[in-house]
Amino acid sequence: MEFDPVLLSRIQFAFTVSFHIIFPSFTIGLASWLAMLEWRYMRTGNVVFKETYQFWLKIFAIAFGMGVVSGIVMAYEFGTNWSGFSDAVGNVIGPLLGYEALTAFFLEATFLAIMLFGWDKVGPRLHFFSTLMVAFGTLFSSFWILSANSWMQTPAGFYLENGIAYPENWIEIIFNPSAPYRLLHMVTAAYLTTSFVVLAVGAFYFLRQRHIPQAKVMLNYALWFILIAAPLQLFSGDMHGLNALEHQPAKVAAMEANWETQGNVPLILFAIPDPEEEKNHYQLSIPNLTSLILTHHADGEVVGLKDFAKEDRPPVKWVFYCFRIMVGLGMLMILVGLLGLYFRWRGTLFTPSWFHRLCVAMGPSGFIAVISGWFVAEIGRQPWVVYNVFRTEDMASPLPGANVAISLAIFIIVYAIVFGSGVTYIFRLIKKGPQTGDTDGSHDPSAGHHPMMAADIPSPSETK
Amino acid sequence: MEMLEAYLPWIWGAVIATGVFVYVILDGFDLGVGMLCKFRKNEADRGVMINSIAPFWDGNETWLVLGGGGLFAAFPLAYSVVMPALYIPIILMLVSLIFRGVAFEFRFKAEGKGREFWDKAFVFGSVFAAFAQGVVLGGFVQGITYDEATRSFAGGTLDWLSPFSILCGIAVVFGYALLGACWLIMKTEGELQDWAYGLAPKILTVMLAFMVMFTLWTPFLHSGMPLLSIHLDEVMHTALWERWFSTPNIFFLGWIPVLVAVVAFLLYRAIARRQEIAPYLYTAALFLLGYIGLAVTAWPNIVPPDITLHEAAAHPSSQFLLLIGVVVLLPVILGYTGFIYWVFRGKVTHDAGYSH
Repeated sequence: MEFDPVLLSRIQFAFTVSFHIIFPSFTIGLASWLAMLEWRYMRTGNVVFKETYQFWLKIFAIAFGMGVVSGIVMAYEFGTNWSGFSDAVGNVIGPLLGYEALTAFFLEATFLAIMLFGWDKVGPRLHFFSTLMVAFGTLFSSFWILSANSWMQTPAGFYLENGIAYPENWIEIIFNPSAPYRLLHMVTAAYLTTSFVVLAVGAFYFLRQRHIPQAKVMLNYALWFILIAAPLQLFSGDMHGLNALEHQPAKVAAMEANWETQGNVPLILFAIPDPEEEKNHYQLSIPNLTSLILTHHADGEVVGLKDFAKEDRPPVKWVFYCFRIMVGLGMLMILVGLLGLYFRWRGTLFTPSWFHRLCVAMGPSGFIAVISGWFVAEIGRQPWVVYNVFRTEDMASPLPGANVAISLAIFIIVYAIVFGSGVTYIFRLIKKGPQTGDTDGSHDPSAGHHPMMAADIPSPSETK
Repeated sequence: MEMLEAYLPWIWGAVIATGVFVYVILDGFDLGVGMLCKFRKNEADRGVMINSIAPFWDGNETWLVLGGGGLFAAFPLAYSVVMPALYIPIILMLVSLIFRGVAFEFRFKAEGKGREFWDKAFVFGSVFAAFAQGVVLGGFVQGITYDEATRSFAGGTLDWLSPFSILCGIAVVFGYALLGACWLIMKTEGELQDWAYGLAPKILTVMLAFMVMFTLWTPFLHSGMPLLSIHLDEVMHTALWERWFSTPNIFFLGWIPVLVAVVAFLLYRAIARRQEIAPYLYTAALFLLGYIGLAVTAWPNIVPPDITLHEAAAHPSSQFLLLIGVVVLLPVILGYTGFIYWVFRGKVTHDAGYSH
């Protein structure tokens, strides 16, 4: 049996990076959330903030660990499976990844140790400083990796010689045309992802009538944040889309399943795009809206897919469907924020209701939206690995297909075990809930021997 | 600036070599402690052992990312040739590191069978990560087939697999176990420390045996002949042989084995005298000497036997940009890394766990 190494390497990269992105998109927001909680605790002395902090810190430790190990895979996969890519663009994006390690990874790994295990080793100010450093680390990391990714989408500041990209202007490379929009859109997405998990956990406790003081903190902060950030995200997504229209028109055409270059382009709510016949089936649409969104004129002309040679078009269906999932979830998020405001105004925010069930159901919405969004960005970039410069199919390693088939199978099995377990343990922690001062670890017979795992972080009464 | 351009590949070679060395002596001890957990079934002992490395392992492993990322940035050609050539051992290493990395947290969340599973994952993840790194080293030293026309790896899937690379794999397992034992000597007390004192010289003896084998084997690697049917006069004309044994090189390089013998003696003595910090430092010195020997063997290649540092070097502007980052940020990183080791200094004891 013959395996296609390029296709398998693509699947393997998509699989490992999709798994990986789940954890950073959670921990980026979680680190800032923890910093906020610790800051509130320091300012108010209210122990509820500290208990909430400690609860989320345990979850952070697990999620962060999984992000680290799945991230190391990414750092090596460029070379193992995409050696042509590494050779062709290493000059340009290599230093960006190097800066990610220098500015972010060490900072996060080191200060995480103080966050997790330093309660009785350092003072409260230094501990808060450590939390802040971890939060900054996640943001520095986002900056560099998104800069590198954006360069692949909208390459700038380089020249080609013998099929290899060389740097010409670092400022243009680092701040390439799509980088600011992508950074804003992704960091907001990460914060929203975390907010919805926090919201879901808080709402879950309200439905169960447990851990009410901590659940109030979670619900309160998450809903304020969502109310403001979810509409902003729509706005930043719109800017990001306009940027893509300018630099990656084929991607936008695929997002809208727009085949013809024409004016008065409708906004398609639902359709089944058919790449063979180059048209859509069962189309349900709102007239002129896409033209209006993209050109700010109802009759504005928008480039269609037929303007591009067939071999230069991205896989339309994936891009089209994933874009709708992302936007649909974004709309729901805005709705949740508004509903939260309504219940707050009615004074029934903390009375269990169908709204809390909706909040629980929306718990995973951020993850799904983030992955859908990345599918739009990355599949929409195809067939290019660096847009209009290098084709994906030319950049794979000279590996036999069987090797990649085996490694892909191993990754699927290992990730299923490892991340399945990790998620199970996170759910277990959520079920157990925040530990308050009167139920400290001293009741646990094994407490004396417990190593300093994050899950065993002492509650306040123990640290003295 | 032009002066600097000529030296950039050397500087970067030194930076990456330093980064990998720091990785080896740091992650080496926590991988070693992971392996040694196999031999202490007692939950309290295992707790202390894992306690002793928990705040450090993540930072230690980051040096591996810096090594990989630095190679990608500074020598993209080397990165794109070495990684596919060593595909299987690198995937093995990554998967082992995944299991072991998550086991830190998971083993305390799991119960019964689950706990047993993650304990095994912790031990075997540590062993196989170390073994895979040794195999990567062996596969790298013995040489990688390179096609200049396509700028890519041109060998077979199993080129890395040889008695030599397997030997390197086992040697690294023992080397890391020794670092782990010395770490335990430094960080524990009582019965556990006694055990580490008893174990360390035995591991050291095995490791020295492997170092001798490695050293004797290396000059024959590029002669293209199986070890047992060599014609010595042909071997003596290989570049590698010349590098080590011609005059005057031998006068400069001859001190390496002598120093290995001296440091090994000091290490045995430090363990016998029950010194606590010296064993770890002497072990690190042994690693450094072996590492210098390796660098001499590979010199001036970054991918033996065909690609030199200069050939693989990234554009000077790329190397320079990241070098600024290294010069500015590495001291800061070393500063806060040192700070962490200082915060979590001293003995880890059974009753000083974090629940108190």
